[in-house]
Amino acid sequence: MKCRQCQQSAVIKMERHNTSLCRGCFNLYVHDQVERAITEEKMFDRAESVLVAVSGGKDSLALWDVLIKLGYRTAGLHLNLGINDYSQISQEKVEAFAESRGTELIVHAYQEAYGLGVIEIAEETARPACSACGTMKRYHFNRIAMERGFPVVATGHNLDDEASRLLGNVLQWQEEYLEKQSPVLSDEGGTWARKVKPLFRLAEREAAAYAVLNRIDYIVDECPMSKGAKMLVYKDVLNRLEETSPGTKHRFYLGFLKRPRALPSGPKELHLHPCQSCGQPTPGEVCGFCRLMQRVAR
Amino acid sequence: MIPSMKIKLYHPPREIILKGPKQVAVLLRELNLAKEAHLVICGEELVTEDRVILDDQVVEIRPVISGGGG
Repeated sequence: MKCRQCQQSAVIKMERHNTSLCRGCFNLYVHDQVERAITEEKMFDRAESVLVAVSGGKDSLALWDVLIKLGYRTAGLHLNLGINDYSQISQEKVEAFAESRGTELIVHAYQEAYGLGVIEIAEETARPACSACGTMKRYHFNRIAMERGFPVVATGHNLDDEASRLLGNVLQWQEEYLEKQSPVLSDEGGTWARKVKPLFRLAEREAAAYAVLNRIDYIVDECPMSKGAKMLVYKDVLNRLEETSPGTKHRFYLGFLKRPRALPSGPKELHLHPCQSCGQPTPGEVCGFCRLMQRVAR
Repeated sequence: MIPSMKIKLYHPPREIILKGPKQVAVLLRELNLAKEAHLVICGEELVTEDRVILDDQVVEIRPVISGGGG
């Protein structure tokens, strides 16, 4: 199979674009898709410092690599979730990447900070592990970004992540989540750090291919807590559709973004106050993270 | 000794031996693995679905799907 751009030997075929590319042309394609996402969605510019949330997996490390190569100002943030060997290996991958690029890395370990890992916190509060983990991640991304002066937090969510989340929200008619689902979440006038997803135009397989082709050493093993997660079922369904109808995920998610999404009742106004416990902005009296930790303390 | 290719798989991690030669697309189909959810790596090289894997070659079929529900 030949590269459609330069006729060299292809390393990847992308059915949804009806094209095959060699390593060099594929890297250009990935950089172009990320730059386009950043520019068209007004995510950030080269004057702003971007805190990249890096788990040690393919998406976040690929994102960090691309942003560095495109000349953006970045630092990494790794949350050590305290999941035994999995978290240990993940942190080692992130540290090796940061060291090899000479970039700043902030590591925050739950076990050191709270004496518990995410599994114990989920068990103590009877919350599904992915749900407790999500609450904790969102809280720490925002808090650490604000404390360290980063106006933007970038995560490695890709097209498959966003399309599967959209499918889940549609199947359960989660209208408020549908209204908010976007590659950019506003900073609400500086109340939060802006949340951006620069990989939303790239399929999960493309992000993985970029990591492999650029010799990025990432953790291939799945998070042990994600077994049976609904998101994996939605991704499987979408990939089956993609095989028979290439471009399904792209048309589904990017088509959604082009459509007006206001709720029939109008947008829900968000009244934010400082959390009574930690001072972070929250629509309630106590933020979700502090409520979680209060339940752990009880 | 019968010539054969070694296939490295995940979930659970294991190795299987198959008789070559075999095209990547056929290999994925026979193992019931979705093209969109896997990369095929031969040696250290990413290969496309038309590539024929020969006996004595080592192939890794790496899943690309991850994520919980946070």
